[in-house]
Amino acid sequence: MNIVIIGNGMVGHHCVARLAEQGALERFQVRVFGEERQRAYDRVHLSEYFGGRDAESLALCEADFYARHGVQLHLGEAVTAIDRARNEVVTAQGRYAYDHLVLATGSYPFVPPIPGAEGTSRLVYRTLEDLDAIRLAAQGARRGVVVGGGLLGLEAANALKSLGLEAHVVEFAPRLMPVQLDELGGEALRARIEALGVGVHLSRATEAIVAGSQYRYRMDFKDGDSLETDLIVFSAGIRPQDALGRAAGLEIGPRGGVAVDDLCRSSDPAIYAIGECAAWNGSVFGLVAPGYSMARTVADQLTGLDATPFTGADLSTKLKLLGVDVGSIGDAHAATPGARSYRFIDEATASYRRLVVAADGKRVLGAVLVGDNSYYDTLLQYAQNGIKLPADPSSLILPVSDGTPTLGADALPDTATLCSCHNVTKGAVCCQVDAGVTDLGELKSATKAATGCGGCASLLKQVFEHELTARGVAVDKSLCEHFAHTRQALYDIVRVEGIERFEDLLARHGKGELGCDICKPAVGSILASCWNRPIQDPALVPLQDTNDTFMANMQKNGTYSVVPRVPGGEITPEGLIAIGQVAKKYDLYTKITGGQRIDLFGAQLHQLPDIWAELIDAGFETGHAYGKSLRTVKSCVGSTWCRYGVQDSVGMALTLENRYKGLRAPHKIKFGVSGCTRECAEAQSKDIGVIATEKGWNLYICGNGGMRPRHAELFATDLDDAGLIRTIDRVLMFYIRTADKLQRTSVWRESLDGGLDYLKAVILDDSLGLGAELERQMQLVVDRYECEWANALKDPEKLKRFRTFVNDHRDDPDIHFVRERGQRRPARASELSLIPAEEVH
Amino acid sequence: MNMLAPLTHWRTLCSRNDLVANSGVVAWLDGTQVALFHLSGDQVYAIENRDPKSGANVIGRGLVGSLKGRTVVAAPLYKQHFRLDDGLCLEDPQQRLRVWPARLNGDAVEIALG
Repeated sequence: MNIVIIGNGMVGHHCVARLAEQGALERFQVRVFGEERQRAYDRVHLSEYFGGRDAESLALCEADFYARHGVQLHLGEAVTAIDRARNEVVTAQGRYAYDHLVLATGSYPFVPPIPGAEGTSRLVYRTLEDLDAIRLAAQGARRGVVVGGGLLGLEAANALKSLGLEAHVVEFAPRLMPVQLDELGGEALRARIEALGVGVHLSRATEAIVAGSQYRYRMDFKDGDSLETDLIVFSAGIRPQDALGRAAGLEIGPRGGVAVDDLCRSSDPAIYAIGECAAWNGSVFGLVAPGYSMARTVADQLTGLDATPFTGADLSTKLKLLGVDVGSIGDAHAATPGARSYRFIDEATASYRRLVVAADGKRVLGAVLVGDNSYYDTLLQYAQNGIKLPADPSSLILPVSDGTPTLGADALPDTATLCSCHNVTKGAVCCQVDAGVTDLGELKSATKAATGCGGCASLLKQVFEHELTARGVAVDKSLCEHFAHTRQALYDIVRVEGIERFEDLLARHGKGELGCDICKPAVGSILASCWNRPIQDPALVPLQDTNDTFMANMQKNGTYSVVPRVPGGEITPEGLIAIGQVAKKYDLYTKITGGQRIDLFGAQLHQLPDIWAELIDAGFETGHAYGKSLRTVKSCVGSTWCRYGVQDSVGMALTLENRYKGLRAPHKIKFGVSGCTRECAEAQSKDIGVIATEKGWNLYICGNGGMRPRHAELFATDLDDAGLIRTIDRVLMFYIRTADKLQRTSVWRESLDGGLDYLKAVILDDSLGLGAELERQMQLVVDRYECEWANALKDPEKLKRFRTFVNDHRDDPDIHFVRERGQRRPARASELSLIPAEEVH
Repeated sequence: MNMLAPLTHWRTLCSRNDLVANSGVVAWLDGTQVALFHLSGDQVYAIENRDPKSGANVIGRGLVGSLKGRTVVAAPLYKQHFRLDDGLCLEDPQQRLRVWPARLNGDAVEIALG
């Protein structure tokens, strides 16, 4: 049987993957046509393309997936017509017969007809090629405008921002995300986005685009206003790509799209349509989850399985747009007759939550969330599964003193969908547990749950552990196969028994003789936190992760980056010159880091000792950029220079950095010290944040930037210098003592039973009587500090490892650089073929 | 090849003193890079230094350990594991690194060339 699939987007690919999963590809002759040159890729995470992900890493399957399964993949070959009379599709290259045809042609961006929109004033945001065009247009540009304030428009604005442009969003409706959000939700989102420096222009209709005076273009709005910009991206909605279906005479939906029934069949029974090119009940779904459902419905029919009919889709979404949490569930606009709403508004932080309940007050109909999506999972479960509301429904959206209310895993019915990307129910998870699955990784590969967008990962883990416990299976919290203890238990054992060697710990409390790459670095870190011996000691070297072993950060081509410590970000001209001279001598790529220091890239292993000898000569110490340890203490110039400063923030930053440098912890630790409440050092995004007051220092703890940003919480106010240091000593040592392996302070704090109040009791009121001991432990670590690089350079035995080859003096011949913007960088795979042959061995 | 020569030819790569206990170093072998791991009981393993996932020559800088009873090295960039005795990648059995029989002969570190 010949199956032809037109379209190699996410949905078209999912259909093939589903056929492969059922082992059906051997039986069928399958051809896939894709208009783009790139095989199916993850459009949902398209914006990460500007964040450094390349096209290959966005691909949905291995390069040989299609060939391996005997599927003919025709990329860059557009289908120009469907010949229904002869059951053939036509391309410029030929004609191909089908028994079944699946249309998965997706959609195209709608661009309103505006005079003057062309070239870089008429960009769109849908394919990798579109992104390449935007990137090209951004060269030399300062400002970019996105027309359309919906979900995709805000994604596009984020992309412009990540290209370094001043981003603006122009929306026709009076609010952002008009489909998903109500008026107050849109308002909260606007406030948050504006605070990020993105311009928001609502109720604006663009009439014409003309040449600008300050920027390339000027957009003239209907109300007489105008806005200048260097480029314009249109994201004003999508239109189903139904041209092939139309031309072939298939029935078309009232608002476009190939009309399909519940089994995704078009008006021609041999032709199916799935995803954004299909109109079900007149509606086109612009999300991936319903597209995947349709793909499964069709694949199952083709393989003769009992296909689940497509019955519409839940359009609830949970997103992070420009770093802002936005959630929309079910009937967000309370359109259901008799629906009542509960609302929570916090104008100070621009947070908004709305809960829509049925007239009888018993069920959740919908919800709107802006600013905090931690409420989403629970609300979605209530809405989807018709769970009876608590006596006080407002408790579902009101802030609670610690953590958010989560619906217990046991309260969910078996029909509850946990993973909507792959349609995995709680019942399916229970089946796996009944079948003997006790490992989360195994569960994920068996059910595919949490392998799509990943948004359900924490819920999945919760349900899984609950179901295991319910069946009397102990949930395994062992560190790894060698230690049946948690990190915290091992820490206590090491301290109580005074153990200083991995072998001793393994012999007395573990299994086997060697350990592994999970337990060795974890124990290495515990030993360092407790005893602070030089990590290059022969007994400790084999425990260290590769970066700690060589005291530098390995980069993608196997070379290292080197970061000297620059306490508080304060550096003398002599210091700058010395770093510059080293960089120049070894031809290192230099970049200023976010932590106010200088990173030197591209050193080969055997060069590290020479580089460090020169840096140490110039007065530098190791910056521990490679360690799970104190990284930097970022500071503003404070009262010394700044007219607003109230304390010497640089002086305090130096004191703190010099005190805690070399402290090893479960994960890296960053500090910030600001000289006044304007907070230029961004201390509230750090593990330890210090902000000057008229009377002393306010201490904030457990903040984080990075992947999961978290604001630090105010812990103590108006501390004097000694009180500040004592409190930080205690907090850090308590963290080191009780955290899980590789757990940042933010996650540790969230997992702490009793929350902030408990931590305050332990640290500030000394409720456990631990204070003095924690301070003593910290003092021992501080007293034993020694620059690891200075220590290693003194010992030829330790330097033995720093050889690229132990039996040859050559450099690694496979490392190639090209020059870009005056510095060298690793050559990309595509550039290697351009390097003259004699340079490649 | 001389048919009378013994089948296994042991070649000296470096000396015992070049090895690092419970860890790895890298030796140059006529254009091939060989990672050498020295474990307890004077066990020496020789395995290809090139990491197929990153394309970088970094296997010799990985952490050694045991998983399910087999001695493995974790590639330092993406942490996939290779068995030291046969080079098989645990996460992707399609990938396999070249391995050589290796031994300590007095102070000499030797590997067998096929």
